[in-house]
Amino acid sequence: MTSEAKKSLFTPFNVFAGVVLLVGAYLTVMRFTGGLAAVTNLDDNNPWGIWIGFDLLCGVALAAGGFTTSAAVYIFGMKKYHSAVRPAILTAFLGYALVVFALHYDVGRPWRLPYPIFLQPGTTSLLYEVGLCVFLYLTVLFIEYSVAALEWLGLKKLRGLVHKLTLLLTVFGVVLSTLHQSSLGALYLIAPSKLHPLWYSTYLPIQFFVSAIAVGLSMVIFEGTLSHKPFHHKMDATYLAEHDGVILGFARGASIVLASYLAIKLIALGADNNWKYLISGWGAWYLVEVLGFVALPCLLYAIGSRERNIRLIKWTSGLTVFGVVLNRFNVSLVAFNWQLPSAQRYFPSWGEIGVSVFVVVVGILVFRFIVTRMPIFHEHPDYKDAH
Amino acid sequence: MRRRKFLALMGVAGAGLALGKTPAQAAGNAHFEGYPDGKAVLFDATRCIGCRKCEAACNQVNKLPAPAKPFDDLTVLDAERRTSAKAYTVVNRYQPAGGGAPVFRKIQCNHCLEPACASACFVRAFKKNPDGSVTYDASVCVGCRYCMVACPFNIPAYEYDEPLTPRVMKCTMCHPQISSGELAMPGCVGACPKEALVYGRRSDLLKIAHARIEAFPGRYVDHVYGEREMGGTSWLHLSGVPFSQIGMREDLGVTSAPELTSGALAVVPMVAAVWPALLGGIWAISKRNAKTADEEKKEAVKAAVAANQADNDAELAKAKEQAEKDKKDSIEREVKKALEEAAAAAKEEEGA
Repeated sequence: MTSEAKKSLFTPFNVFAGVVLLVGAYLTVMRFTGGLAAVTNLDDNNPWGIWIGFDLLCGVALAAGGFTTSAAVYIFGMKKYHSAVRPAILTAFLGYALVVFALHYDVGRPWRLPYPIFLQPGTTSLLYEVGLCVFLYLTVLFIEYSVAALEWLGLKKLRGLVHKLTLLLTVFGVVLSTLHQSSLGALYLIAPSKLHPLWYSTYLPIQFFVSAIAVGLSMVIFEGTLSHKPFHHKMDATYLAEHDGVILGFARGASIVLASYLAIKLIALGADNNWKYLISGWGAWYLVEVLGFVALPCLLYAIGSRERNIRLIKWTSGLTVFGVVLNRFNVSLVAFNWQLPSAQRYFPSWGEIGVSVFVVVVGILVFRFIVTRMPIFHEHPDYKDAH
Repeated sequence: MRRRKFLALMGVAGAGLALGKTPAQAAGNAHFEGYPDGKAVLFDATRCIGCRKCEAACNQVNKLPAPAKPFDDLTVLDAERRTSAKAYTVVNRYQPAGGGAPVFRKIQCNHCLEPACASACFVRAFKKNPDGSVTYDASVCVGCRYCMVACPFNIPAYEYDEPLTPRVMKCTMCHPQISSGELAMPGCVGACPKEALVYGRRSDLLKIAHARIEAFPGRYVDHVYGEREMGGTSWLHLSGVPFSQIGMREDLGVTSAPELTSGALAVVPMVAAVWPALLGGIWAISKRNAKTADEEKKEAVKAAVAANQADNDAELAKAKEQAEKDKKDSIEREVKKALEEAAAAAKEEEGA
């Protein structure tokens, strides 16, 4: 029994995770003894690197599955997707928690992160808007997630009380998500001189919001696909029976949302009359993003849901997730400071990549800890049909 | 020299007048032209000789660390530099297109009338002061560096090698030194041997700048850089060559940073106000739909059951009737048969 447990601990993933945790610990010490200069390639012209471009912008976008799924089920009344809510809420909660965790590395004095909210709010700043909403939404997600934890702990009374708040929390979550998902795009409105015109638009907030919905839906499919093998034994009959329905329905939704996103992208291009930039290296790169990672997944999702091709849909979800990550990288890193000479451009250091990987691995480990213990992929026997 | 001193004194007097006035111009929908008595500096690139004395003075006045190469080492000018955490101002040398003598340009914070850094800061660490300067308060700064992202002139620098107490570093227009009386004008202005820098009321400096252009139209580009760029700045520039040739962007536009984001910010309370009503409505409709569907289902089941029941009843009644009839028929038949039999028996008896 004990030897078996020991053996199962040294899986390839666990060994990899262990190495990443050690590297992360080393980089943490470096960051908090030597400053950002000791770990990052950031400089005065490039104050934001992948800790913002990936950890913050992508982290928040990829966690959009929480509000989209709970809105679909609790507000739009699509009860047949109910089994997808808990994994999506958990992913979102961990996503946001990790965003805040990662910010502690990036900002100069992390213990002052509450200052803008409680001490001296800078209400003219879009970053204040992001900070306030992320803070509030993390709280909302914690409460939403806590239902599962309370069931696990057997605290029935408290669980019942929190469960009654579901609708209120869902509405609050959609409001907050609308605001901060769009505000992440609006962060760049202040810098039209630094962001390439193909990516700069007054529609940036709407682009970020709509693409977040598309990637939120895609993440539910993508994450479900990834979870299926390692956590199959934790999934109950309802989850498994509803799984294909969730994939087909979410694919249809994502296809429609991507079409809308594509339209917004084109409108932005036309509104600022930026067509001339299309015939340049930047234009080619822009077309790769918009045709390859917006238009193509839109089409593939439509075909997949029409022909009930689950395999195609799963691959398309990966394509969409990659496409939104690409978009956030383009806005925050690739097309940002595009006018600087190449010698002054930013490329992440291994230490920055190391911290980002460390943050993701911490997320996966916590996710695994929770889903193997708490009722996430299955319903708690005491609360069957309690929703 | 005399004029500069005079303007400086005028400036001090102006600052005195400004005290006690409320900056109502900053609020509301009105266009903010800057504090009426706000100070500014006029830089004239045609006068700058690239001696770096302003850099040295700035370093000394602000107690910044000594540079790797001394300030009289002009080989530093061979590479283009920008402001950093250790240098609030730097002078660069540019070779204008079409030959001619090199042109020097001094860089420092331009002290925008409506600063992007102040607009972007989520903890209000930046402040546009009535004396025209934009200053920074390290005691509240979180170190997010959004000010550096926002600044169109790439001015704020950061102490990247400070692990726990990094500050954003930039020119203060010597606001602390001037308000304490230590200096009458910014350190760089006082150190300039060629009067390439003039300190005074912004409105006065604009007049001086335009007067110079008018007096020597062949010598200057007919533009005061900073008069309207990004909503206007408190550091004004004159040049004899196009500004783009001395490292200054001509595509920044005249829209101030707060105007760029005000639309997005204005939507925020509307989302908070409209979304709950809209989502609540959708929820109510979907709930009602579900309830109606449920009721209709129940109704249909009830109707089907009732119809079934009626059918059954009818059939039963029919069967009963049939059975009744059959019974009657069979009785009649039996009676008839019995009668016939009885008649036959009687006949037989008669015959026998």
